Amino acid sequence: MGRYVARRLLQMIPVFIGSTLLIFAMMYALPGDPVRALMGEQQFDPAILEAKRHELGLDLPLWHQYLNYLGGLVQGDFGTEIASGLPIADTISRAFPVTIRLTLFAFTFTVVVGIGLGIVAGLKPESVRDRGLLGLTLVLISMPSFVLGYLMQYLFAFQLQWITPTVQDSENFGDLALPAIVLGSLSLAYVARLTRTSMAENLRADYMRTAVAKGLPRRRIVGVHLMRNSLVPVVTFLGTDIGNLMTGAIVTEGIFNVQGVGDAIYEALFRREGATVVGIASLIVLVYLLCSLLVDLLYAVLDPRIRYA
Amino acid sequence: MRGAKSAKWVAGAIVVAMAATACGGSDSGSDKDKGSASGKPAGYVSIDVGEPQKPLIPADTNETNGSYVIQSLFTQLLDFDAQGNIVYTNAESVETTDSKTWTVKLKAGWKFHNGEAVTAQSYVDAWNWYANIKNNQQNSFWFADIAGYADVHPEKGDPKADKMSGLKVVDETTFTIELAEKVPYFNYKLGYATFAPLPKVFYDDPKAFGQKPVGNGPYKFEKWTHKKLIQVAANPDYQGPNKAQNKGIQFKNYATLEAAYQDVVSGNLDIIRQVGPTDLPKYKQDLGDGAIEQPYAAIQSLVPAFYSKTFKDIDPKVLQGLSMAIDRDTITKTVLNNTRTPATSFTPPQVKGNQDLGTDVFTFNPEKAKQLITEGGGVPENKLFIQYNSDGGHKEWVTAVCESIRKATGVDCVGDAKPDFPTDLEARDNDQVKSMYRGGWVADYPVNVNFLKELYHTSAESNNGRFSDKEIDGLMAAADKANSLEEAVKGYQEVEKKLLEKMPAIPLWYYRINGGHGKAVDNVKVDFHGDLELPGVTVK
Repeated sequence: MGRYVARRLLQMIPVFIGSTLLIFAMMYALPGDPVRALMGEQQFDPAILEAKRHELGLDLPLWHQYLNYLGGLVQGDFGTEIASGLPIADTISRAFPVTIRLTLFAFTFTVVVGIGLGIVAGLKPESVRDRGLLGLTLVLISMPSFVLGYLMQYLFAFQLQWITPTVQDSENFGDLALPAIVLGSLSLAYVARLTRTSMAENLRADYMRTAVAKGLPRRRIVGVHLMRNSLVPVVTFLGTDIGNLMTGAIVTEGIFNVQGVGDAIYEALFRREGATVVGIASLIVLVYLLCSLLVDLLYAVLDPRIRYA
Repeated sequence: MRGAKSAKWVAGAIVVAMAATACGGSDSGSDKDKGSASGKPAGYVSIDVGEPQKPLIPADTNETNGSYVIQSLFTQLLDFDAQGNIVYTNAESVETTDSKTWTVKLKAGWKFHNGEAVTAQSYVDAWNWYANIKNNQQNSFWFADIAGYADVHPEKGDPKADKMSGLKVVDETTFTIELAEKVPYFNYKLGYATFAPLPKVFYDDPKAFGQKPVGNGPYKFEKWTHKKLIQVAANPDYQGPNKAQNKGIQFKNYATLEAAYQDVVSGNLDIIRQVGPTDLPKYKQDLGDGAIEQPYAAIQSLVPAFYSKTFKDIDPKVLQGLSMAIDRDTITKTVLNNTRTPATSFTPPQVKGNQDLGTDVFTFNPEKAKQLITEGGGVPENKLFIQYNSDGGHKEWVTAVCESIRKATGVDCVGDAKPDFPTDLEARDNDQVKSMYRGGWVADYPVNVNFLKELYHTSAESNNGRFSDKEIDGLMAAADKANSLEEAVKGYQEVEKKLLEKMPAIPLWYYRINGGHGKAVDNVKVDFHGDLELPGVTVK
């Protein structure tokens, strides 16, 4: 398995280079010059624009800019922001911890509540509680996150006054609870439905009948025999979902004014801070890659028949 | 067994990952400014001013977020009251006899926040540094009137000198400014934040200074938590007329106008500069006395691109006709929710020299509109486009204006949306506007010149419609030769009358600020260019 992991890690390098190049080229192709945009509608001096572009290396051809960027990246330098002149690493190290907290919170919520609901419903398919869950998750799936966000904000902040309408301190777990629940609720619906369906299916499987016939206690039947098999599709979903949660936070972070990755990448896009966008996006690519590796490894835990070569 | 073994491995990986993130998180969370991000010291005022784009150097900032902070930290020679009249702040007087040589006398005893005295030299050194092309200051062109500017800021290559010959220190508190040409309204320009002085510590490390500025203004810099907030404290030694009436200000960054609004309503934020479109219909109810609605010196117009197929060699009558086809009253009331006032000239009422042009060109009149367009030979292909940036809330009114034109004259009108402001600007700069674009201008100084010369002179950088008229340029040059401000303003009034015949743009409406404040603060006033005057805000 060590070899398998090593190979997967090596494979990440071309994927990483490819994706950064792609994002870099896309940012380059976007119309709108970031240096010019700094000047707004007011008067300005074209000579100053030229000088700034030159200073930042923005007057070089695309390939040259990309090589410069990659060269810096290898040395751990994410580059400098065009407007503020501050290192992009600062922006990243400010935004990522916030979003990672938010994501972990949302993820835990998704896993615990989602799988819990799925088990409750999946053990008795076609019962009232099962139909109730299907109905509830349908509502969650079809509701856009901004509707849910504003709804929760209205309900908990203005009607019940339990919390402040926006997050006052992005690093406080208590403050992040509501945004995390909003963020996690869509995945929660999927996780609950996936768990429920695969459990309901596996309940009818031969090995389940065998286990029951052997007279095993119910806890062991459900906990080990049923769950282990039923969780394979759920884990696959959860793995890719971590990346989705991180990027999907843009809307939620906006509503609750959380200064995380979503907020940072939106602002960078808006101001054409190409290097910042590439930096954040490539880190998210890395998160995706690592999560999918983790998922693949988890398969073996859940289903010992799966082997790696 | 294999499964169990890899389980250990995976579990280990998860533990490591969790530990890494939790550790990374608590590092940034546990430093001492934790909590103060939400907690506000007593007596401070909080306002939704976002992250400044650039480091805080006066001559390198022209966007509002940065300007707010700069204006709280630095004080220039003079400022303006709500009527646009000069109020001397750091200067005792700024005088001239011939509009060419200006003598500045400073008030004695002023100090920077680090205790250094504010002298004539502080100003002269700062201005020379700002103007030098080597330092790449965004607002350096503001110093272009001063004699010797070309030496420190040549169009190409390295500067020949590092001092402008026009600036001379007479004594500790006096210096003279000699201009290359007469500029009768030069003292008004001095009110722009770019003309602020700098302490000596700036020159040691401008980059570090931009993160931690030392000014001479009503507030002292306290801290800047990037993308979150900037905090400044009242300067107890400040001697200007705009001394802080509160203990300090927190400029807080919000991702959306809606989020900031909700915080004002719930009392977590004191002041919001602009209420978002979704909350406009109800903000007066929500905020009561705290609702702010006030006009300021800014105008929105439709600017024809005179190089475009549609408007090349157009008869101005057509443009007058189009202007009369726009129902400004109805659109400002309904679509714009009363956030604008219909325009009646090329300059807003808050600037010196604003006049009644005695014309019906800005009044809705479909019959006359049709008639004028026909007399002028019509719009080529009977179709026009209005370019706008769709990230700035312009779509609704552009659609309404088009509808109005179409109904009144039968000329087909379509909005040409650019996804965001940089893209919109690029199309304007590269002469790619299809027919006309949405133009906007906020006063830098409250004189009509700022709205006429900066926009419609042939060589003006912001003249993106490429309007060029020898007669207008001549009239402007003549007005600039005046010996007094009054004369110059009169000269530009003539320019404005002439502009009505040439129609370099179709003025639409003047801006109004629609902001608000919560119950904890009072005395929130608006200055001539629409900024809230924070030093005067009192905490209840």
